[in-house]
Amino acid sequence: MPYLGSEDVVKELKKALCNPHIQADRLRYRNVIQRVIRYMTQGLDMSGVFMEMVKASATVDIVQKKLVYLYMCTYAPLKPDLALLAINTLCKDCSDPNPMVRGLALRSMCSLRMSKLDQWGQAEVLNFLLRYQPRSEEELFDILNLLDSFLKSSSPGVVMGATKLFLILAKMFPHVQTDVLVRVKGPLLAACSSESRELCFVALCHVRQILHSLPGHFSSHYKKFFCSYSEPHYIKLQKVEVLCELVNDENVQQVLEELRGYCTDVSADFAQAAIFAIGGIARTYTDQCVQILTELLGLRQEHITTVVVQTFRDLVWLCPQCTEAVCQALPGCEENIQDSEGKQALIWLLGVHGERIPNAPYVLEDFVENVKSETFPAVKMELLTALLRLFLSRPAECQDMLGRLLYYCIEEEKDMAVRDRGLFYYRLLLVGIDEVKRILCSPKSDPTLGLLEDPAERPVNSWASDFNTLVPVYGKAHWATISKCQGAERCDPELPKTSSFAASGPLIPEENKERVQELPDSGALMLVPNRQLTADYFEKTWLSLKVAHQQVLPWRGEFHPDTLQMALQVVNIQTIAMSRAGSRPWKAYLSAQDDTGCLFLTELLLEPGNSEMQISVKQNEARTETLNSFISVLETVIGTIEEIKS
Amino acid sequence: MISQFFILSSKGDPLIYKDFRGDSGGRDVAELFYRKLTGLPGDESPVVMVTSGGRRHHHGRHFIHIRHSGLYLVVTTSENVSPFSLLELLSRLATLLGDYCGSLGEGTISRNVALVYELLDEVLDYGYVQTTSTEMLRNFIQTEAVVSKPFSLFDLSSVGLFGAETQQSKVAPSSAASRPVLSSRSDQSQKNEVFLDVVERLSVLIASNGSLLKVDVQGEIRLKSFLPSGSEMRIGLTEEFCVGKSELRGYGPGIRVDEVSFHSSVNLDEFESHRILRLQPPQGELTVMRYQLSDDLPSPLPFRLFPSVQWDRGSGRLQVYLKLRCDLLSKSQALNVRLHLPLPRGVVSLSQELSSPEQKAELAEGALRWDLPRVQGGSQLSGLFQMDVPGPPGPPSHGLSTSASPLGLGPASLSFELPRHTCSGLQVRFLRLAFRPCGNANPHKWVRHLSHSDAYVIRI
Repeated sequence: MPYLGSEDVVKELKKALCNPHIQADRLRYRNVIQRVIRYMTQGLDMSGVFMEMVKASATVDIVQKKLVYLYMCTYAPLKPDLALLAINTLCKDCSDPNPMVRGLALRSMCSLRMSKLDQWGQAEVLNFLLRYQPRSEEELFDILNLLDSFLKSSSPGVVMGATKLFLILAKMFPHVQTDVLVRVKGPLLAACSSESRELCFVALCHVRQILHSLPGHFSSHYKKFFCSYSEPHYIKLQKVEVLCELVNDENVQQVLEELRGYCTDVSADFAQAAIFAIGGIARTYTDQCVQILTELLGLRQEHITTVVVQTFRDLVWLCPQCTEAVCQALPGCEENIQDSEGKQALIWLLGVHGERIPNAPYVLEDFVENVKSETFPAVKMELLTALLRLFLSRPAECQDMLGRLLYYCIEEEKDMAVRDRGLFYYRLLLVGIDEVKRILCSPKSDPTLGLLEDPAERPVNSWASDFNTLVPVYGKAHWATISKCQGAERCDPELPKTSSFAASGPLIPEENKERVQELPDSGALMLVPNRQLTADYFEKTWLSLKVAHQQVLPWRGEFHPDTLQMALQVVNIQTIAMSRAGSRPWKAYLSAQDDTGCLFLTELLLEPGNSEMQISVKQNEARTETLNSFISVLETVIGTIEEIKS
Repeated sequence: MISQFFILSSKGDPLIYKDFRGDSGGRDVAELFYRKLTGLPGDESPVVMVTSGGRRHHHGRHFIHIRHSGLYLVVTTSENVSPFSLLELLSRLATLLGDYCGSLGEGTISRNVALVYELLDEVLDYGYVQTTSTEMLRNFIQTEAVVSKPFSLFDLSSVGLFGAETQQSKVAPSSAASRPVLSSRSDQSQKNEVFLDVVERLSVLIASNGSLLKVDVQGEIRLKSFLPSGSEMRIGLTEEFCVGKSELRGYGPGIRVDEVSFHSSVNLDEFESHRILRLQPPQGELTVMRYQLSDDLPSPLPFRLFPSVQWDRGSGRLQVYLKLRCDLLSKSQALNVRLHLPLPRGVVSLSQELSSPEQKAELAEGALRWDLPRVQGGSQLSGLFQMDVPGPPGPPSHGLSTSASPLGLGPASLSFELPRHTCSGLQVRFLRLAFRPCGNANPHKWVRHLSHSDAYVIRI
């Protein structure tokens, strides 16, 4: 019977449930309810009688209550608005004198699965889940599998929230991270060409972030980052940056072709950005880029020429192989340069590589002639140095004007710095030409600088916690200043210098230092400087605490412990004791304290013959969030040392 | 989490201001925001900005905004939040306000201040999003939208699609879709309308030798429904529609897209077999489906440009001959076509010979602007432009003497609209409503197709 007309059945049951006679008879009422449950179990849609069943829950009969609650929990997802009515009864039951009723109500309330979370809720929950640390690998992958569908959501906020969670949960599994980034490629690219400019911009910022770790990630999609005429300036600039970063052997031709088009853009700022971008690519693809830049000089436009010459200056320093081509392109440029930066660059080039540029002395002579009307002191300084240098390689042509320039600078110049520089060179010349050579003939290029400056592929973990936040949108450097200001505002008056990560450590290159400096901000961890513990106190505390976190980091070869100690000092981690360099097992004990007074005690251990460093951290207050931040700081420092070493 | 939300007019006048958490300075943040925005150097992005210095309570407050219909919708927060979610929320708010006020604009917002505040009150609580579904909010919103003038279908006989003129009799009036979902609660007969738009944005890059470097189509199926919510509808797409590179359907040339994403409320049970989308849309606007297609268009590009440039460096005379061919089918046409061609610096005069009188060409901001109000498919139009580029003749420059055109010329970019045309070939076969009207009026269904240019660039 029930299989044929379920509508009729529902109608009939509805009538029965509403019938006051049945309602009055406890057994008959319960019978009808049981029938509803039976049909429900058989798979019939009984959601039609939801209303009546909710009414039936207001009863003293505990069996009936249980049945009704079972029914409600099953159909609540289908009837979220009606389920709200049930909440009232459930709430009332929660204050029932009978503990059984109270428990039942509570349990039912918890299992009411109402309408699914909307996208805002999802994003919020994904964000909340970041605080959870899976206990085992198995649990971790269970979570990843469960949340997988969120990566396909149509809401960018949810997709990015899920991506961040995945990146952070899978921090020990680089291949999982890479997989996630591959899957999020589609949504990110879609956002990059979104109609909403603002969304497009934010997506581009995140693309750049990913490119820092996976330089080839978007290379095949380079066309998506071509600028269009109508886009606002800030998007074009981001796109140019992205193009610069994803360039590879296959697309370099097309990317350069595109960038060359931008160099003649109506907007001078954008044109200059494009030229600088070509200059950046020139470090890898020198010949093609130098050719394009040389062609641009032919335009004889001031705003283009000045930037091209500045690019050349940087380029010959990093890639000396292009010096010849640059020297050939330079003659004639001086006519189209008016600004200080451009003049300085040109004068520097003429001074350092003047022996290869036939008319170098005559160009410099023009500058010397007009030095009185020159408004920028920096140009005069540059001119002094350049002329003295050129004098060393082409004395006959330069002697006379060098004399004139020195005379002018010493006797007439008002700017003290220029005057001092003039006097210094004058006295230097008096000492003898060999001494001048010794001082001025510094190297003309330094290709290694390019390698250092080249952003090494950063591990995903170094920015995973910044993903889907404002950090990539502001840019790391800008964000660092923002959070520093905020930190200074927030900090306790007793500890005025909490954000002293800026203290310079000579051992960490600028690039890496920045990273060390910023990481802690993301976890709101502030380590306090100069909290040196005594060895006794450290030992006592160390023994009294349990290990809160333990992990191993890859570690190869030898290193100097002092380096590590100084690097740790920069981020306000103090070294209590350390083994001699080279001894095995090698151990170090570190301590640090944050602005809330929480202590972090750490042991580093290198076992003989092992290529790993074992880290154990103890904490005097169990706070997972700050612990994680602390560990990421430690990881970064150790990772940096490891990088420098290799 | 959001501290404040405000809407500014394009001139910076605050139209709406709401503080959700009371943790911030006060109303002057709106002014502060506008000052910061207008004072930004050109290369800085206005999407996120932070306040610094000044008074203490403003310190470190982030502004995140979108620009929509000439208005600034701004939120402030002091936390390091997800920019994606916030921008999404702002766009959603813009849509919601559009749904409730009819359209989004300075006028409609200031006429409906009470309604906007009521909406904001329900959408956000203590800076957290409660719901943004038009449907849910309907239950709580009491204020009726104030529309500037009563809407009538009948005085719109000649108004066409998206403002374009068409000869078709059954054409959706362009302003029909811009009325509030909730207005005229009592008047049931007017409510039964549904608009379905397939809109594609086309970006193209063509090299100077005519070869195609990049084609990119971003498509969307948008639905605006005035039907009572919960009424089911089925949208049938072209049957040959396939997703991804490998899939093939039917025997003819397939309608292929690279990637598709659907709104979460779309039921895809019949999508695999019959390319039918089923959904029960809430009232208001909804993006049913988004898709993208790169590199491989089934139909020829709508426009080809054949330029020829003569450049006499000595006299500074530049002659540009442009021939524009429209490769659409002859029964289709392109509207509001505009060609934009940047010129070398210092161009002073322009003389022109155009192939038809309705065209117009002029110099604007160092570029040539050629307007063609209407271009019939299959037709060919041309323009001859002569310009003088005075400037220091100077010595012949290095490595450039062979180049035929002066630097700074081009690339040309076209903007246009193609009504009743989709570049991907995707069409809506049918739109069926399961809803039975209670009154005598049948629901009106408007299905519209439109492609327009996003960036259509031709190098010269």
